[in-house]
Amino acid sequence: MDIEAAKLIGAGLAVIGMIGSGIGIGNVFSSFILAVGRNPAARGEVFTMTMLGFALVEAIALFALVIALLILFG
Amino acid sequence: MADSSGAGQSPLAQFEIKPLYELELGGYDISFTNSALFMLIAFLLITFFLLLSTRRRETVPGRWQVMAELSYEFIASLIRDTIGAEGRKYFPFVFTTFMFILVGNLLGMTPYSFTFTSHIVVTFALAGLIFVGVTIIAIAKHRLHFFSFFLPPGTPWIMAPLLVPIEVISYLSRPISLSVRLFANMLAGHTLLKVIAGFVGLLGVAGILPLALVTALTGLEILIAFLQAYVFAILTCLYINDALHLH
Repeated sequence: MDIEAAKLIGAGLAVIGMIGSGIGIGNVFSSFILAVGRNPAARGEVFTMTMLGFALVEAIALFALVIALLILFG
Repeated sequence: MADSSGAGQSPLAQFEIKPLYELELGGYDISFTNSALFMLIAFLLITFFLLLSTRRRETVPGRWQVMAELSYEFIASLIRDTIGAEGRKYFPFVFTTFMFILVGNLLGMTPYSFTFTSHIVVTFALAGLIFVGVTIIAIAKHRLHFFSFFLPPGTPWIMAPLLVPIEVISYLSRPISLSVRLFANMLAGHTLLKVIAGFVGLLGVAGILPLALVTALTGLEILIAFLQAYVFAILTCLYINDALHLH
């Protein structure tokens, strides 16, 4: 198989890992919305943890992206 | 730049490190690069912002002093909440790291600039320094008891041979995740902006759609710049807390 073709296929497969991150971010923000819905006074505190959770989950998506870019351009 | 008008430029060309002033020391290339220039600009911006806005030390602060005090209080309360009172001696380090990364990320949002945090070598240097420093703090404080960190309290003895290697690997992966998180966010964000911006010129009148998308993405990228700096700072504080208190 042509190396260029293999690189493209590899990069495409690698970004499939971002599905998990999509589900994760949906989870984080759904929990935030539910928590604020039950107890609007807790919004400030919960928001901080939400932002932290979002960034940590997003990192996983970006690990997958970095591998894809490494395959494509490395 | 005459050569950037065609479709030939890769969206990754914006991350190229170019030497601005060539210098060499003992066979090593220590040129002053565009990355070094922006680090210098970030350092000067932070220093002059903090020095000049707190110059008059008003009891009822004006706007600039409020901003300086806000940034101080933001990190001070972060340290107080995560580490507690003994974290105060780590405040200068965490504050410097936070401001450096924040201003570095935000400088990258200005046109024709260079985001020095989008290079793994920079973020890994910061994260590696934090990891080594935190491990040294932990070993200096707890000596050999430090290794009890890898066996969470209340685990049955049968599970220990499985759990301890997992804990060790997850501890060793901290600098990697810390650095790659920041680096990949900056790289992906700026590459995405470049790719979509490339479509604006190609579509003619319909280029208004990618233009609107680029505008929205720029706003998102500014938010990500703040968020990533905040996450780096809070994770540093959490690692220092782990080192001092061994959960």
